[in-house]
Amino acid sequence: MEAQYNIPPVPDQKVADPTNFDGIVVEGISKSFGSKQVLEDANLLIHKGETLVIIGRSGEGKSVLLKHIVRLLEPDCGRIWVEGQEISQMEKRELMELRKKFGFLFQGAALFDSMNICKNVGLMLAEHMNWSEERLRERACECLSMVGLDGAADKLPSELSGGMKKRAGLARAIVMEPEYILYDEPTTGLDPITGDAINDLIIKLQKELGVTSIVVTHDMPSAFKIADRMAMLSRGKIVFSGTVDEVRQTDHPMVRQFIEGNSQGPLGAF
Amino acid sequence: MRTLIERLGGSVYRGFSSAGRGVSLLRSIFLATRYAWKMRTEILEQMHVVLVGSMPLVIVTSVFVGAVTAVQAVYQMQAYVPMKFLGTVISKSVFIELGPVLMALVVGSRLCAFYAAELGTMKVTEQLDAMSIMAIDPVSYLAMPRFWAAVLMIPVVTIFCDVIAIVGGYLASVVTLDISSGTFIEGLQMFYKHTDLLGGLIKSIFFGAIIALSGIYFGFNTQGGAEGVGRATMTAVVGSCLSVLVADYLLAIVLFQIVFEH
Ligand SMILES: Nc1ncnc2c1ncn2[C@@H]1O[C@H](COP(=O)(O)OP(=O)(O)OP(=O)(O)O)[C@@H](O)[C@H]1O
Ligand SMILES: [Mg+2]
Repeated sequence: MEAQYNIPPVPDQKVADPTNFDGIVVEGISKSFGSKQVLEDANLLIHKGETLVIIGRSGEGKSVLLKHIVRLLEPDCGRIWVEGQEISQMEKRELMELRKKFGFLFQGAALFDSMNICKNVGLMLAEHMNWSEERLRERACECLSMVGLDGAADKLPSELSGGMKKRAGLARAIVMEPEYILYDEPTTGLDPITGDAINDLIIKLQKELGVTSIVVTHDMPSAFKIADRMAMLSRGKIVFSGTVDEVRQTDHPMVRQFIEGNSQGPLGAF
Repeated sequence: MRTLIERLGGSVYRGFSSAGRGVSLLRSIFLATRYAWKMRTEILEQMHVVLVGSMPLVIVTSVFVGAVTAVQAVYQMQAYVPMKFLGTVISKSVFIELGPVLMALVVGSRLCAFYAAELGTMKVTEQLDAMSIMAIDPVSYLAMPRFWAAVLMIPVVTIFCDVIAIVGGYLASVVTLDISSGTFIEGLQMFYKHTDLLGGLIKSIFFGAIIALSGIYFGFNTQGGAEGVGRATMTAVVGSCLSVLVADYLLAIVLFQIVFEH
């Protein structure tokens, strides 16, 4: 069935010397769960300071790819460098230091359900900074108001709606002013207005703090608004990557099918 | 036949490798103990969970343990052994065996299930991942306080049990079995040895460690969803109870045949 489409080759995403690359290099990552091959030789570059949007169909392994970047999952083969350091070679202590530079928004928010929202957001500060209670709370509330959750500080996660949980998870991800933020579907489950406010927040963090972001999303308007570059994951590989303008103009059949939301095409309907 | 051997080999291998990982978890917990002062509120909170939460269970179990021991002892001693030994029999069996072991089985199962289900749920809802992303080690933050809470509080619970069971035995003997209060108390004092009490408490320290480790280990290694949490909890409780019984045998040999004999 693929023969009828003219699919360009997988782009070359390699750098000559990953130890000298300022940003993140994902090189030839493969991962399978049992007999299910999820990632197969995926290559990806993330430049410092840019916002990269990863698109791809449900179940293609986008969340799995994000988790590899912070070593929540170990690849079967392939390597990942962050700021020139290979993360699989790191000692536990080095990895901990590196992770302090990262914010991660989980697809399911993953709030600690035994703590209230303020504690959830402030936990990282409480553990890594020598701050007073008041200062912690102030910072937590500041982050909560950035995501439009003023007044939710003393609620428990179980008392929030799905979209509110997502936003609380986002507040938690940005509380330490990380250099890198990985967002797993930041606008899914939000109304269009709140979703757009989150887009603005992502852009603001990039502009004002120089945050490098990787965003996984299915929300195409949001993707076009926040992205500097986009990459598409399909069948375990990054099949396309390019700037927003390149995406708009490309005639790559898979990308076209995806951004047009067409059930006919090389990706198939199911 | 071949598949049988393969399966047997597989489970032996899994058994050893999970024992190995259990030991390495224990090691990380010991290494994380240097943060105990920083985590003191969490440790106290967990101790509170063990002690206060278990009290009704401890009281009811202990009263009946004492009372049943009294009834059984009287039945078996009838006509052969003078009743003045009743207090001795009750106190020895409670201090050495019944107190530590029953508390490890009853309160321990409760605690082990609690740990496994709580940590297992955190695992399957990615809360543990979220924690390690935040550069917070789940072993120091979650496992270490729970482990020490159990190791410190299971012996305390055992002391409560010892006292309450003796009271239960006393009440059963005096009120329903026609033994005079003086006879019972004389028996209590007659062969009392500190080492009986101490041996029981040393055993319960080990039991506390086994219970906590089993709950934490199976909680941290939970896979899947609600069913996975259920399975982890079940395995943790069964594993903890069996290990307690085996450890009880080994400790009995070490403590009462080697250490206290010399
Ligand atoms: N822990 C795991 N164990 C087994 N299989 C897994 C695990 N995590 C992910 N998978 C499998 O990997 C595949 C990719 O999952 P992933 O969550 O990355 O998809 P996704 O691209 O993020 O999809 P969505 O857009 O729906 O979130 C899925 O088919 C899933 O079944
Ligand atoms: Mg996903």
